[in-house]
Amino acid sequence: MTTTKPRVGLFVTCLVDLFRPSVGFAAVKLLEDAGCIVDVPRGQTCCGQPAYNSGDRADAKDIARRNLDLLAPYDYVVLPSGSCASMIRHHYPALFADDPELAVRAERIAAKTHELVSFLTDVLKVDGVSGRYKGRAAYHDSCSGLRELGIKEQPRRLLAGIEGLEVLDLARPEECCGFGGTFCVKYPEISDRMVTDKAEDVIATGADTLLAGDLGCLMNIAGKLKRMGKSIRVRHVAEVLAGVQTPPIGEAEGR
Amino acid sequence: MHPTSHAFPANARRALGDEGLQAALVKLKAGFRVKRAAAVERLPEFDALRDAARDLKDEVLRHLDFYLETFERQVLAQGGTVHWCRDAAEAREAVLAICTAAGARTVTKGKSMVAEEIALNPWLEDNGVQPIETDLGEYIIQLRDEPPSHIIAPASHLSRADVAQAFEKHHADLPKGRPLEQPRELLDEARHVLRQRFLDADVGITGANFLVAETGSTIIVTNEGNGDLTQTLPRVHIVLTGIEKVVPTLEDATLMLRLLARSATGQEFTSYTTFSTGPRRPDDLDGPHEFHVVLLDNGRSAMLGGEFQDMLRCIRCAACINHCPVYGAVGGHAYGWVYPGPMGSVLTPALVGLDEAHHLPNASTLCGRCESVCPMRIPLPKMLRHWREREFERHLQPSRSSRGLKLWAWLARRPAAYRLATGAAMGLLRALGKKEGSLKSLPLAQGWTEARDLPAPEGRSFMSQWASGRRRL
Repeated sequence: MTTTKPRVGLFVTCLVDLFRPSVGFAAVKLLEDAGCIVDVPRGQTCCGQPAYNSGDRADAKDIARRNLDLLAPYDYVVLPSGSCASMIRHHYPALFADDPELAVRAERIAAKTHELVSFLTDVLKVDGVSGRYKGRAAYHDSCSGLRELGIKEQPRRLLAGIEGLEVLDLARPEECCGFGGTFCVKYPEISDRMVTDKAEDVIATGADTLLAGDLGCLMNIAGKLKRMGKSIRVRHVAEVLAGVQTPPIGEAEGR
Repeated sequence: MHPTSHAFPANARRALGDEGLQAALVKLKAGFRVKRAAAVERLPEFDALRDAARDLKDEVLRHLDFYLETFERQVLAQGGTVHWCRDAAEAREAVLAICTAAGARTVTKGKSMVAEEIALNPWLEDNGVQPIETDLGEYIIQLRDEPPSHIIAPASHLSRADVAQAFEKHHADLPKGRPLEQPRELLDEARHVLRQRFLDADVGITGANFLVAETGSTIIVTNEGNGDLTQTLPRVHIVLTGIEKVVPTLEDATLMLRLLARSATGQEFTSYTTFSTGPRRPDDLDGPHEFHVVLLDNGRSAMLGGEFQDMLRCIRCAACINHCPVYGAVGGHAYGWVYPGPMGSVLTPALVGLDEAHHLPNASTLCGRCESVCPMRIPLPKMLRHWREREFERHLQPSRSSRGLKLWAWLARRPAAYRLATGAAMGLLRALGKKEGSLKSLPLAQGWTEARDLPAPEGRSFMSQWASGRRRL
């Protein structure tokens, strides 16, 4: 057989890189287990969302242009985040819409860019992972993943194969958690109300674990649950799929 | 109405602390969202209708002059009059001139957001004409002397007890101690009081949900029938509306009507859908003797051909408002002007200026739920971002956050400096959060830590671990 393995450029995203490296290594494992050759482009930093969503188009373009170069050599570009994947998939082409040459390059990168879990299910046709996780997990659909990339049942399908894990639905699954990038520090009181509602929804399910595919939402909800004194374990979905054993988000070793 | 959008953060804080408002918002969200979802579920072609409606309105906006002039010709042919008004002041003058010519002392009003936009009521009062709101919600807030908090449910921030209190205070001629607990009792009393007002009015003012170019008709949708009484009983009917409301044909209007009520209240159709075409004809049994259409621009035509043109597709259904988590947290008054929620956060800066309204486009997580329910497929998050770009270009943002973002953008283009800076910062956070795994407070990040803990970094960055050769979990 002469099938060549797809070469995947993993863009870990700034939050995973800086706050939760386990998610990066979990992504590497999941991609390799699914038959990919994984490379981590050197010099990667941020996708440019903070600048883009703050109206700083010039800086967003400069950052995006760097990433177009960085990500060009791969068959696929994969990110463990719905919002960062959507940034490259939908918003890079929009950023360069008035520049024909860059627009073509942005479209080319966009077309091969995927969020991690949906890449596993929809492109690589992975229909289950063999892992174990003891617990009852509520799943939070991040807004960009849900509405910009159509990610809803893909993580649930893979999680269904995890032995010992029961996945629970939130009562208000479409509701934003209140992170919103700089929104959460610019309008902290409104963000607080939103994340409080989300945390209460999680608590009401009786779950002992909260999973999601975006670290922004996860840090926001984990931080709120911790502030409320709840011992619900918060993890990126890739951690459970890959069997990460380190302490959950916001928890210390040995606690 | 004098805008207070510049004080959005303070307005929002007040709203978050208002228990009555918070209880009302919970009810509002649950009601509208469930009803809309059910109505959409029952109409398999809903999304196809959205596409058709978007395309239709885009066509109208490309040739808005043509459709408006066609509409005007038809209104004139039917014996009506059209008043073109560039701004709020011209529209107020036009309405007052008609009222004065009719010798009007009281006017009844159907619900009209454009009337709110031009602050018509205080203007009429100052000029000796008493406006009486006849939509129940509008009537209640008129008694309470406050602006609407929602474009289709103007008194949705109030409880039944608030309404009873307003009625007791203002209907002083009715017996004290009468029962005013049940919705039915409140409704009957409002009807009783308003009935005579309908009969007394010299002029009736309504808005318009749609204008039909081919017939010169105006259309309103209501659930209370107040609109019909407002426009058929008085001698003069004034339709006060924005220039973007025109559609080419009656057929096109039906397409819009199929989307409007479902998106707004979750009804298939509102109880009343009323078409007005010119004044009373000789063989008509009722209807006004004069029919005026006041067409308001007020910043709308400036949106044509630019990055905010899509906003002119809006049919004011409030689906975006009903599904917005920020509106759901703070309600409509916090936005500080006439139009709240996502549609308001796009429209308000265009109509009152970015200096006044710069907070509104920023006060969004860009969660996208508004766009996902908009019957006209208006890309609201995209336009909120465009306003942020305009603001950024003019440096209206508070300087600390913009300096921080600028630094981040600078670092993001310089991997070596980025590694150095983030390495130091994360090392510090890791040290501070080592024991607990998260931080309870952090200087310069109070915005985060006032509400929630900050999870500490798990370990050295992924990129540095990868560079040192680690490959496995």
